[in-house]
Amino acid sequence: MSSTPRLELSAITKRYPGVVANDNVALSVEPGSIHAVLGENGAGKSTLMKLIYGVAKPDAGVMRFNGQQVQVRNPQEARSLGISMVFQHFSLFDTLTVAENVWLGLDKQLSLREVVERIESKASEYGLELDPRRPVHTLSVGERQRVEIVRALLTRPQLLILDEPTSVLTPQAVESLFVVLRQLAAEGCSILYISHKLHEIRELCRACTVMRAGRVVGHCDPSRETNASLSRLMMGSEPELLRARDQAPGELMLDVRELQLASEDPFGTDLHGISLQVRAGEVVGIAGVSGNGQGELLCALSGEDRRAAPGSVQLAGVDLSQASPGLRRKHGLHFVPEERLGRGAVPTLGLAHNLLLTRHDAVGPLGWLRLGVLRAQADEIIARYKIKAGGPDAVARSLSGGNLQKFIVGREIDCNPRVLIVSQPTWGVDVGAAAHIRSEILALRDAGCAVLVVSEELDELFEISDRLHVIADGRLSPSVPRAEATVERIGAWMSGLWPSESSQAEQPARQGLNAAREATDAQG
Amino acid sequence: MLRVELRAQPSKVWSYASPLLALALTVLIGMALFMLLGKDPLRGLQVFFWEPIRTPYAIGELLLKATPLLLIALGLAVCFRSNVWNIGAEGQFVLGALAAGGVALLAGPDSGRWMVLAVLLAGVAGGMVWAGLTAWLRDRFHANEILVSLMLVYVAIQLLGFLVYGPWKDPLGYNFPQTKTFEAAARIPRLFDGSRLNIGLPIALALAAGIWLYLFRTLSGFAQQVGGLAPAAARFAGFSSRRALWIALLVSGGLAGLAGALEVAGPLGQLTPYVPAGYGFAAIIVAFVGRLHPVGIVLSALLMSMFYIGGELAQSRLGFPKSITGVFQGLLLFSLLACDTLVAYRIKWGK
Repeated sequence: MSSTPRLELSAITKRYPGVVANDNVALSVEPGSIHAVLGENGAGKSTLMKLIYGVAKPDAGVMRFNGQQVQVRNPQEARSLGISMVFQHFSLFDTLTVAENVWLGLDKQLSLREVVERIESKASEYGLELDPRRPVHTLSVGERQRVEIVRALLTRPQLLILDEPTSVLTPQAVESLFVVLRQLAAEGCSILYISHKLHEIRELCRACTVMRAGRVVGHCDPSRETNASLSRLMMGSEPELLRARDQAPGELMLDVRELQLASEDPFGTDLHGISLQVRAGEVVGIAGVSGNGQGELLCALSGEDRRAAPGSVQLAGVDLSQASPGLRRKHGLHFVPEERLGRGAVPTLGLAHNLLLTRHDAVGPLGWLRLGVLRAQADEIIARYKIKAGGPDAVARSLSGGNLQKFIVGREIDCNPRVLIVSQPTWGVDVGAAAHIRSEILALRDAGCAVLVVSEELDELFEISDRLHVIADGRLSPSVPRAEATVERIGAWMSGLWPSESSQAEQPARQGLNAAREATDAQG
Repeated sequence: MLRVELRAQPSKVWSYASPLLALALTVLIGMALFMLLGKDPLRGLQVFFWEPIRTPYAIGELLLKATPLLLIALGLAVCFRSNVWNIGAEGQFVLGALAAGGVALLAGPDSGRWMVLAVLLAGVAGGMVWAGLTAWLRDRFHANEILVSLMLVYVAIQLLGFLVYGPWKDPLGYNFPQTKTFEAAARIPRLFDGSRLNIGLPIALALAAGIWLYLFRTLSGFAQQVGGLAPAAARFAGFSSRRALWIALLVSGGLAGLAGALEVAGPLGQLTPYVPAGYGFAAIIVAFVGRLHPVGIVLSALLMSMFYIGGELAQSRLGFPKSITGVFQGLLLFSLLACDTLVAYRIKWGK
């Protein structure tokens, strides 16, 4: 195309203390195109978007918008230029209605009623179903994202930036989002689409800028690439191949029966009659959109929540329903939580000391700490899992997400658990580290450990699980073998629509009805 | 223009330099204050920082005053590191003094030296009970420990008043609100002739070493700190938050009580309404200036003791107002909080 690019960046550089986040980055986005920015975590994508949206200022470089050189000093200026952004984490007030939330970010000349009207007309224009009068806390995650998108559209953007928009959506909701984005692009709005999900980018985008370690390493038309070629561009090397192996599962290790638990959090999800079995030598996956009871289930399994009824959580025949996390570990049940900093590790303590959270091999009589032993142990894990860290005393906070996750997973794997429960094993982890973590999990399975993985990434679950469950609205679906699981089927189940166990017909289970209604809402 | 920028890593250098800079700022502002009051600033400085260490006797007094501050601040360091905000060490100090005084009053002219041990243990128990009240209310009813422990200070002071104006008043004391002076057997042995310094100091130093070992070399101490640094991680690890609450409050209550016992059975020698001298509150500053670290606390307790003595000397020799000690304490704490910004941030010139 010979027309003026909507957005043109040249030689953009941004340094943070100790790291160059963007190094001489160039980017050109055509009007009406959906342009992907692809890269591993930490490649500098988010920083670049912050520079465009005026959240941070570049140290060097030139930005042109519609051919005009501009300096965006803050998000207000960005919006007045016609740049809008939908962040990965929503910034909505739970207690306010949709319209009130949108109103907060708009010019104050408008009355609330006018805002309601505008939201309704904008939403119907793009087929986004949204009731402006509903309080935000009653909305599903997909609906909240719709609020953010409508809010962005109300400013009539010429450039819309979306940062990892699909990480919280069911596959069906992703499809409807893509319809909206294509319509927007057809009307001439340019879209910058940040993601590390290759198949989405291949489906949606015709132009792609690939970043690695703060630099642009390539441009391509993703529709002409394969997942393999894209990930090679993104990582600079091939990911480790996983060894799939069919193996007859062994004896029953983790046995959850009719687990019933009211959430401690008023906005949490209650668990209803969850039953689940994991045998030695198999990986069982639990799919589902976040906030459907995963957190509550994991706390009940790990011992952080000890209110489960006796007999509902058993490990190899031993009732651990009300055992402390420490006692569960003694019985060989280990857990990797999704929050690495602050839960899986203490941010301000060294790696060696962080071992003490779950392992007491270096503790002598009277609770005496043998620091030498502790450091040696940390050194061993660092070496074995190829963790980039400044030694056993490097504070947990100083590690990248992927390296810290490798350390935490390594810490648990290293003590030969009988059951390992992993939540979001590769959330926010770069592709290389993710592949490494997955292969470690599979190696552990092959060694006879029972593994339970809770993840929102379907691709990941399909890759490593032997059987799959879906959790929706605090209820757990029956399990399907991986071979029989398809994205469509699991996706539908994620909305609570699974056949009840008694009848074979594909009709919603009675208890799933509520969730089903919400899900149809969410698909709009 | 001045600009504040986040450091990639907290600065090691500044975590040591910041208390020194804070001290320097305190001295500078103090000197300006002296000038405003129309006093000779150099003379003021001399009274504050030189007089307290000029003679062996003065040094003895300095160490004597530093002892209760050190003991209380050590306990508070355990509390604050565990994210338990015990603000009522003053009350635990008073209760320790009361319990120790009660036992000391039982001693007769022919009691053995074991009496001292009983007095000290009673003090520890008294402080523990008072802090235990806070722990219990927090554990059982989720009462805020800051408010509860602070309010219990005033209850403790009233209790002391009731006893020394009432049942425990010395019948031969010309109706002064005080108990009889304790028998020699119940008094803390002194270290040297010619100094009021007593065995409290070596006990406090040994406990500083003990607390250091506990915090940095035992699993229990580690668990306390994880509870303070990252409560979710403590829960994940299975470290009990209730246990942490009780340990923190009992340790700090016991140490504050011990300080109270050493004070009444040491330099005071009897119970009077003037037992609460503000050590419990000053120790909060001592704990923070000392970085919640036993070694740092030993140094900051000495500094705070210097302010106490310097303030008294400034009153008597230079005619300064009584509040000068408090002003210095406040100045030091505020300067430290300001200087601590430099640990996590750097200041840059430029746009």
